[in-house]
Amino acid sequence: MRRIVTATVQNRSGVLNRVTGLLAKRQFNIESISVGRTETEGISKMTIVVDVPDTQKLEQLTKQLNKQIDVLKVSDITDKAIVASELALIRVGSNAQLRSEIQGIIEPFRASVIDISRDSLTVQVTGKHEKIEALIDLLRPYGIKELARTGLTAFLRGHQPQVTEMKNYSILK
Amino acid sequence: MKVEAKPHYERNTDTKPKTGADLLVDALIQQEVKTIFGYPGGAVLPIYDALHRAGDSFHHVLARHEQGSIHAAEGYARVTGKPGVVIATSGPGATNLITGIADAMMDSLPIVVFTGQVARGVIGTDAFQEADVMGITTPITKHNYQVQSLADLPRTVKEAFHIASTGRPGPVVVDIPKDISSEVEENPPSVDFSLPGYQPNLKPNPLQVKKLTDALAHAKRPVILAGAGVIHGKAAEELKTFAESHSLPVVNTLLGLGSFPGSHPLSLGMGGMHGTYTANMALYECDLLINIGARFDDRLTGKLEHFAPQATVAHIDIDPAEIGKNVPTQIPIVSDSKAALEELIRQSKEIPHVEEWLETLKGYQKEYPLWYNNPESKLVPQWLLEKVHDYTGGNAIITTDVGQHQMWAAQYYKLEKPNRWVTSGGLGTMGFGFPAAIGAQIASPDDTVVAVVGDGGFQMTLQELSLLQELDLPVKVLIVNNEALGMVRQWQEKFYEERYSQSLLNTQPDFVKLAESYNLKGMKITSQQDIEEKLPDALKTREPMVIDCRVLREENVYPMIAPGKGLHEMIGVKPCEES
Ligand SMILES: Cc1ncc(C[n+]2csc(CCOP(=O)(O)OP(=O)(O)O)c2C)c(N)n1
Repeated sequence: MRRIVTATVQNRSGVLNRVTGLLAKRQFNIESISVGRTETEGISKMTIVVDVPDTQKLEQLTKQLNKQIDVLKVSDITDKAIVASELALIRVGSNAQLRSEIQGIIEPFRASVIDISRDSLTVQVTGKHEKIEALIDLLRPYGIKELARTGLTAFLRGHQPQVTEMKNYSILK
Repeated sequence: MKVEAKPHYERNTDTKPKTGADLLVDALIQQEVKTIFGYPGGAVLPIYDALHRAGDSFHHVLARHEQGSIHAAEGYARVTGKPGVVIATSGPGATNLITGIADAMMDSLPIVVFTGQVARGVIGTDAFQEADVMGITTPITKHNYQVQSLADLPRTVKEAFHIASTGRPGPVVVDIPKDISSEVEENPPSVDFSLPGYQPNLKPNPLQVKKLTDALAHAKRPVILAGAGVIHGKAAEELKTFAESHSLPVVNTLLGLGSFPGSHPLSLGMGGMHGTYTANMALYECDLLINIGARFDDRLTGKLEHFAPQATVAHIDIDPAEIGKNVPTQIPIVSDSKAALEELIRQSKEIPHVEEWLETLKGYQKEYPLWYNNPESKLVPQWLLEKVHDYTGGNAIITTDVGQHQMWAAQYYKLEKPNRWVTSGGLGTMGFGFPAAIGAQIASPDDTVVAVVGDGGFQMTLQELSLLQELDLPVKVLIVNNEALGMVRQWQEKFYEERYSQSLLNTQPDFVKLAESYNLKGMKITSQQDIEEKLPDALKTREPMVIDCRVLREENVYPMIAPGKGLHEMIGVKPCEES
C-alpha cells in the first residue's frame, strides 16, 4: 500500500541523515521524500511517500520515526482530507510546428512552458501524483529529454470532514 | 601534529574565562561522573589538558585500546545502571569505538561517548585523522551530536546524559571539534534544554493494564517472559511479588538473567536457542504470554510461526517501537517496567488457576533437565561453571564473552540478583567479556568479578591485562579454553558435516606466562582434581588471576533449537541423543 507520512522535525544537524538512514536500514521502500522549512523557525517538515506491504510494517515506520529524538510528530495522512502536490519539470523534444500542439496538451493540466529552445521546450507542472503521471504519459511520444520531480509534499486541509475514519497507528495516543 | 598553545586556568574559578574543554569538564562534574574510560590523541588534547587541570575530580581509566575503553564503560553501566563515559580522539580513536557503540545500542546500555573531531574549518576536507563520526554512528546510536559552537557545548552534554540514561537507555555520541574545545568562552553559556521530541512514556495506561489482568484471570497457561527491561527499570522486586502472588512461571531472556532468582521454584530458566526445554515449551504452549521488557529477539523466538502460537500476547515495554515489531501483540502496554508491574499488582485481584499448568511444567523439568556427560577423567566446561557457581556462592558478578562458554555460563551459573550478569546479547561481540569485567570491577570493587571468556574472544582484547596490573583490580579471568572457536566449531560439526574451516586454534600463547608478563598470577587447570584443589582459593583471593582451564574441545552446547526451527523442535534434550 502506498502511504503518505509526514514528519515534523527539529532542524538540527544530522536529522535528515538520521531519518533517511533509518528508512534505509529498516528496508522501507521509499517512493519520494521531500523536506522543507515550515512556518515555525527551526522546524522542518518531511513528506515521505512509502510503499509498505501491510499495516504492521506501516506501524513500525511511524514508531521508528517517532522514536528519533529530533522528530516531533509523525502522521499518516493518507486517509485524511489533504492537499498534496508535487512539481515536475519535463523537457520534451519539439520544434516550431509542434509547440502549439504541446501547448494544447498541457493546458488542461494547468502546466506552463517555462523554457524554449530550438529543438525542445520545458514544461512545469504541479499537482497530484496521478496528474503528473498522466501528463508525462501524454508527453512521452514527443520524446522526454529530461525529467526532474520534487516528490510529494502535503498537509491536512483546514477542514476535516466528520465522517473520515481516522486511523491512528500510535498506541501512545 | 600541530600543537596549539593552550591557556592555563585554575579550577573552580567560575568567573574566569574557560575553554570549551573546561566547560566539558564542568558539565561532567555536574553529571556526577566519577570514572572516565578514555584514550588521548590529537583532537582531544585540549580535553586531556582540562582533565589534567581537573586533578582528581575523575578517575580516568586508560584502556590499551579504545574498544577496551567502551566495553569497560558498558560493564560499568550494566552494573551501576549509570551512564558509562568514554572519550576518544578523532578518526581512528572514534572508529575503534564503533563495535562498542553498536553493542551498547543493541543491548540498551547508557553510554555517553565524546569523540574529538578535527577543527571546524577543515571538517569535510579529509583532514588528518578526520572521520565522519556523525555519519558512521547515526545508525548505531540512540542519538548523536556534533557540537557546532562553544555556546552549545554545556547544553549538549546535559542532553546527552539525559537521553542516554532515560527511557530505553542507549549510547549517545558527542563529537567535539578541536577548535571548540580549545576556544575560550568569557560567559558561561546556558545549560537549559528542551527536547520536545523526546518524552518517554513512563506510566502505563491503566485501561491496558486492566485488559491484561482480565486476560490473566482467565488464563490457564500463563507465563512471564522477563527481559533486561526489568533490570533497567529496577523492577526485580516487583516482578517477584507479581509472579509469586499469581503463581506465574518466569522465563528469562539471556539479557534478563538475574531479574528473577534462578533458584526460585517458579523460574524456568532461560528461553531461546540454548534455553531449557521447559522454558521453551512454556513459551510454546502458553495461552497468555506476558513479556516484560524483552524485545522478542530471533535467538529467543526461534521460527516465529511456532512462537507462542496459541497465546494472547501482552507486551510491556518502554519503547513503543518494540511492541508488535516481531510478534503480533494483543495487549500493548507502553511503560517503564516498574510502574507497569506496580499497576499490575495494584489492579489484579483474581488469581488464575494454574495448578495443572505448573504440574505440566514440573513434569518437563523432571523429564528434561539440563544435562551433560561428566566422565571423571575429563574436564567438561559445564561442570567447571557449576563449580564456579558453587565456589562463589552464586554471588559473583559474571561477565562473559561470546560463544559456547557464554551459553554454559547462562545455563549453569544461576543468578539470584539483577545487575550481576554482563554479557553481549544483541550484537554478540567477541572481545567484550574481559574489558567489561574491568568496568564491572571498578563499579563494584568489593564484589568477586569473574570474566568467563573463550580462548578465542579473550585474544581479541587481552591487552587490557595491563589494567589489572595498573589498577590492581582483582578480576578473575576464567578462560574456558577448548582450543577452538567453539561455537563455530559446533555449528560446523552439526550443520557443515564436520568441516572445521578456520575454527580450531591449534596455536596459542601460554596464558600463564602471558599473565606473568603483566606481573599477574596465572594458573593452568587441566583436571577435575585441579579444579577442586585450586579453584576455590583462586576465586577467593583479592588478587587478579588468569585461570587457563583446559576443557574438552568436543563438548557442544545443548539443548538447542537449530536455525529455522521452532521452540518445540529442540534437539539434544536428552543424554541418549548424544553419545
Ligand atoms: C567479533 C566477532 N567475530 C566473530 C564472531 C563469530 N563467533 C561467534 S562465537 C565464535 C567463537 C568464539 O570462540 P571462543 O571465544 O573460543 O569461545 P567458545 O565458543 O569456544 O566458548 C565466533 C568466532 C563474533 N561473535 N564476534
